[in-house]
Amino acid sequence: MFEKENVIQIENLTKVYQMGEIQVHALRGVSFTVKPGEVLAIMGPSGSGKSTLMNMIGCLDNPTDGNYYLDGELVSTLVDDELAEVRNRKIGFVFQQFNLLPRATALTNVELPLRYAGVNGSRKDLALKALEAVGLGDRVDHQPNELSGGQQQRVAIARALVNNPAIILADEPTGNLDTTSGDEIMKLLLTLNKTEGTTLLIVTHDPEVAAIAERVLHLRDGVIEKEELMQ
Amino acid sequence: MNLFLNVKEAMVSLSANKMRSLLTILGIVIGVASVIALLSIGESAGASITGEIENIGTNVIYILRGNNDEDVSNPKDLTLRDAQALASSTRATEIAYVAPVFTGSTEITRADRSVSTAILGITPDYQFVMNLAMAEGAFISAAQVEGRSAVVVLGPARAQQLLGRSSGVVGSTVRIGGYPYRVVGVVEPKGGSAFNNPDNNVYVPISTAQARLPRSGAPDRVQYILASMVDLDNADLAIRQIRQVLRRTHRIPPRNPDDFTLLNQQDFLAVANTITNVLTIFLGGIGAISLLVGGIGIMNIMLVSVTERTREIGLRKALGARKADILIQFLIESVLLSLFGGIFGIALGWGISTVVSQIATRSGTPLDIVVTLNSVLLATLFSAAVGVFFGYYPANRASNLAPVEALRYE
Repeated sequence: MFEKENVIQIENLTKVYQMGEIQVHALRGVSFTVKPGEVLAIMGPSGSGKSTLMNMIGCLDNPTDGNYYLDGELVSTLVDDELAEVRNRKIGFVFQQFNLLPRATALTNVELPLRYAGVNGSRKDLALKALEAVGLGDRVDHQPNELSGGQQQRVAIARALVNNPAIILADEPTGNLDTTSGDEIMKLLLTLNKTEGTTLLIVTHDPEVAAIAERVLHLRDGVIEKEELMQ
Repeated sequence: MNLFLNVKEAMVSLSANKMRSLLTILGIVIGVASVIALLSIGESAGASITGEIENIGTNVIYILRGNNDEDVSNPKDLTLRDAQALASSTRATEIAYVAPVFTGSTEITRADRSVSTAILGITPDYQFVMNLAMAEGAFISAAQVEGRSAVVVLGPARAQQLLGRSSGVVGSTVRIGGYPYRVVGVVEPKGGSAFNNPDNNVYVPISTAQARLPRSGAPDRVQYILASMVDLDNADLAIRQIRQVLRRTHRIPPRNPDDFTLLNQQDFLAVANTITNVLTIFLGGIGAISLLVGGIGIMNIMLVSVTERTREIGLRKALGARKADILIQFLIESVLLSLFGGIFGIALGWGISTVVSQIATRSGTPLDIVVTLNSVLLATLFSAAVGVFFGYYPANRASNLAPVEALRYE
């Protein structure tokens, strides 16, 4: 069933949360595939299962049922520490809140995934390269509170890139930024997608952000309501 | 993840809350300091007691009235006659010297100096049993015992205290219980500590003591008898011989228990060791309780820290941190807290021990308090163990946070 050319292959994914007595069906059978280098946006109103789907794609949680192949590996059945390794090697996260370590320099923040990967000798060089790729080569020793919102998000993108992941998963990447910084961040993500060939998944409720994607999945009530191809 | 980076990172997050970290460390400082101080005080008190018992001499057997191990009603007093029987018995071949002691407490004065102390009424053989050397003059003689003479031999420290000097005092007069006594000799210093320092002893002829000190019981009653052995290797035989002689003089029927007790230095040491061990455990226990309280402080602060940093934990997990990575990160923080506490605690404990030692010495009870390497190592290891033990629960809680929920935490 698994097709080799897909970086993501999701088959009939379901997720049921037990909230006390009530079962909440957050995902009711979601299937789609993503090709390497593709830019995909996932949209949907709150309560549509958008966040749950993002958690599944990001290997932060196991689905109740269904299969998820990431970069050729069946990840939907892995246990906690195996998932941690998959997140470390294959997924770069960009969060709405940036989520940088507050008392660490940009460089240290970008080095963090490499430390968990056990990279020792080339760690600093790789981190510097990633920071240069996002245009922050001159800000490596700054702490987050010395950087603007846009710059902080660039550090986060450098951190997402540094392990050379199969996909970058961006959750409302412009949600905490003004329009100008937001546009720059989207431009940067697209540039990286073009130059590095990194697959880009953007979860958003903002149609303007989704507009840059090649394909948009609209989620509603835990199922894909429609799939929209952009040009 | 290498250790150096982990430690560096832990230092950064601990220094982010300096006051909180310092107060947490303070709890451990107090705990470790009390363990160090109380253990070393207990140990040195024990050492000083043991040292005094060793002053008794290894080949001396103490003979006391009564028997604590068996139920003996109405035990006979020990008397001078018992001592004479032991000394003159042809069967007691392993007994070298026998020294009966009649002791009582009274006032001893010289000019305006006055001190209340125990007076030892002894026979000349006491000198040989206790192996006393004379610094000047002579020990109590048989003639002085015979004649009930008002003469006294002083320990050097007592001479110093009463006469202001410990040499050239033969011929001086002191008053004991109001009667004048001529000083006939001063003993060589033997050393010992305050509880029972032979250098403080005051010796008079046993006949004089029996006549002038308050007494009860049989007319020739003595409180205890000392006997020295010919050969330490034959201690068992010596003890058997003493029992044979005393059972006969006390007319104890066969199968009835002894109405006296024989103790040698080993027995005293065993009792003293039991006492000092209990003392040390007791003091160490008090220290351990404060260390425990400090440890609970660490646990408390680490739990707060885990809650505050839930998002950070979620982020680290999203970036690929395994459970073990998070566990180690938080454990290192708690171990660092307790280790710093341990280091400062050792310094403080050492300081307290020194101060106590000074105070004890100034107040006349020289206690040589030594903070041993062992107790330092023990305190260091123990405080690190406290860090691991009390840090484990919070760290484990952190490492088991679900990444999804941790990232969502506000």
